[in-house]
Amino acid sequence: MRLLKLVPDNTNIDFMKVRNIALMLSLIATIASLVLVGVRGLNLGVDFVGGQMLRTTFAQPVDVDQLRDRVGSLGLGEASIQESGGPRTYQIRLPLPPGGEAAANAAATRVRTLLQQQYPGSRVDSVETVSGKVSEELATDGALAIGLAMLGIALYIWLRFEWQFGVGALLTLFHDVSMTLGFFALTRLQVDLNVVAAILTIVGYSLNDTVVIYDRIRENLRKYRKMQTVPLLNLSLNETLSRTIVTSLSILLALAALLIFGPEVIFGLTVAIFLGIFVGTYSSIYISATILVWLGVRPDSFLKAEDGEKVVRREDGAVV
Amino acid sequence: MLDFPRWKILAILLTIAAATLFAIPSLLPQSALDRYPSFLPHNKVSLGLDLAGGSQLLFEADLQDFNKQRLAAMEENVRTELRRDPRVETSDISTAGGRISFMVRNPAQLDTAVERMRTLTAPVGLTGTRSWDVQAFDGNRVVMTATPEGTAAALKEALTVARDVVRRRIDPSGTREVTVINQGAQRILVQVPGVDDPESLKTLVGQTARLEFKLVDQTADLALVAQGRAPAGSQVLPMADGSGFMAVQRRVMVSGEQLIDAKQAFDQQSGQPSVSITFNSAGARRFGRATQENVGKPFAIILDDKVLSAPNINEPILGGQAQISGNFTTESANALAISLASGKLPVKLTVLDERSVGPDLGRDSIQKGLLASGLAILAVVVFIVITYGRFGIYATAALVVNALMILGIMSLFNASLTLPGIAGFVLTIGAAVDANVLINERIREELRRGRKILDALETGYKEASTAIFDANITNTIAAALMWYFGSGPIRGFAVVLFIGIVTSVFTAVNFTRMLVALWVKRKRPRELHI
Repeated sequence: MRLLKLVPDNTNIDFMKVRNIALMLSLIATIASLVLVGVRGLNLGVDFVGGQMLRTTFAQPVDVDQLRDRVGSLGLGEASIQESGGPRTYQIRLPLPPGGEAAANAAATRVRTLLQQQYPGSRVDSVETVSGKVSEELATDGALAIGLAMLGIALYIWLRFEWQFGVGALLTLFHDVSMTLGFFALTRLQVDLNVVAAILTIVGYSLNDTVVIYDRIRENLRKYRKMQTVPLLNLSLNETLSRTIVTSLSILLALAALLIFGPEVIFGLTVAIFLGIFVGTYSSIYISATILVWLGVRPDSFLKAEDGEKVVRREDGAVV
Repeated sequence: MLDFPRWKILAILLTIAAATLFAIPSLLPQSALDRYPSFLPHNKVSLGLDLAGGSQLLFEADLQDFNKQRLAAMEENVRTELRRDPRVETSDISTAGGRISFMVRNPAQLDTAVERMRTLTAPVGLTGTRSWDVQAFDGNRVVMTATPEGTAAALKEALTVARDVVRRRIDPSGTREVTVINQGAQRILVQVPGVDDPESLKTLVGQTARLEFKLVDQTADLALVAQGRAPAGSQVLPMADGSGFMAVQRRVMVSGEQLIDAKQAFDQQSGQPSVSITFNSAGARRFGRATQENVGKPFAIILDDKVLSAPNINEPILGGQAQISGNFTTESANALAISLASGKLPVKLTVLDERSVGPDLGRDSIQKGLLASGLAILAVVVFIVITYGRFGIYATAALVVNALMILGIMSLFNASLTLPGIAGFVLTIGAAVDANVLINERIREELRRGRKILDALETGYKEASTAIFDANITNTIAAALMWYFGSGPIRGFAVVLFIGIVTSVFTAVNFTRMLVALWVKRKRPRELHI
């Protein structure tokens, strides 16, 4: 049986040739994402802003405007209604009424009654009521978790490799997280607790890719001491290319199954991870590796500690 | 590479077998599980609320109310202590600013007063701090302040009691699978599967259920009562039905703490739902004496500082049994009976966060999750087998073992599977092959470099292992933080990711390596299709 080879043997793609253009584009995309998040804002779910959310499934497709008017006529504040996962499933979001718990109960009950009367056969799948206090904590905890994960991983990379690699990892992660947030700002998909989990997953897996490439760069730096940095990076990227493609594809295949056939409630989570794998694969080549050139990684980055061999650096940066 | 000692093979197989044993119950339908030998594990992976359907409520202790109650209790103690022989004459006791302070009429008694107040406080921890700080000022004033340590310790105790009370209220028979745990310093998390409308839960838990019987102050001027002013020694309380206010004596005739039982009943005269209570012997004596002394006067039945009703005492009630009536429905009477029987909550609880999931959504999610997981496995397996041939089949075996081990470990440690957990599972399936991919690609490379088969295999496994290790540490860091900062379902996701990382490294590095070694030893292949 002939085996599938997505990447031919001994590829010699000059990834680094376009490194500056790629880095520029990534920089622009990152800034654009952050601006988008700043200007357009994120569609934060009740987890982070407090309020009430009812997930409802109707017997027949409904007229959203009519539903909005009907819920609006209850006088419970500005209701937002969003389709979620199909033409018959909607999320009804209400602001948290003043008057605390009792008022929130009353509001949910009134919506339930309305749905029962006006839309026979509809069912309320889930109700979430999050107070302002908890939502603030969840938001802080979420941001803290993402920040600490980025720092923790960068620190680990620094310890295992060299500081340049740590900085590379941190910038890569910053890029990936910004892009993911930008995606959510652009699509207005709801950002809930699941999305935080998704971002943390992306942080983990994007770096997974980066580490494999860094590991190979380190190995090659030790092996080919006379090679210049750019060709060495190209060599390392080419050597790991097949692995990068096969692993990313298998993760994407698995996620595609989840995206198409999986539960709607975690659609946001799955979409975010799916895209994150793409971005992570790209960034581990064009950001993680490119940064190393900028930060001037040389074979002697690893030599000092190892054998104390006398290193002579030539004008062109290669080591003799 | 080839020398795989027998003990190592045995250890690997035993680990896998053990995990599989724990995984099997989750894969069997209930009917098959019933016939399953009883000495084998029976635990299924438990489902989180988002999959099983149910309600989750997060309660927080009302600190202000807690401190107020604690202050009032201490004030009562101080009063009693000062009245005891030798009596200390003082000015009225002030509780302004959260402190208890009073002036001693006779300055010579100041030291005694301070001494006796100290006996009311308790030591906290081992540092010599006491629950209240007692100090003398200006030669005649005693001030008692609650210490932060004392308050924290009291709160902790109150929340432990509250947790047990909440559990008794939700699950009086102790047979339901409810989770009631303390979270942080002042919160209680309640999870009840199968209940998707948490209203009834909140009514049950939300009542402090502090029941008191006090005499109605008939001397009070009704006009003043309406303004909220009561004569000395009395207080104004609102009626539970919102019909106005009533002045009652401050002194508690009997309190709900002396109850041994409470049941929902019907009033014999009106046929209205009511709650029938039974006092313990001390309570029965007090209740009997109080009613004997006050025949003909009305007494107020007070629940959580609201007057339920104020019937006349027609005759002494001596049997230790009483009926509480007051505009109940059967449900509300029943809820009150459960609340009373389970004891009073030592602290008022408010709902911070509430989530409920209907059973349909959960069932739907499980079905779709199973389908997606199955298809994900299929897609990855096909892809890996056509990419790596024989080695792809080994990777597939590792994948299956991996899935079994995740299930097994989850049911062993009683970790619940949540909706995001399903995503974690699918993701792990995709990523679990990564370790094998790293190894296989490395072997391909080494073969290309002209190494002999054995040498290539050996180097492949050896060189790939540092990358596998480092790459998985990054995921572990992310999963650990997710677990630490996450709540509920997200934790479920983190747990699955973490277990998946451990098992996928184990299966790739040990299990497939063993399979490869055994194959090479038996067949001595001259060529490697990879």
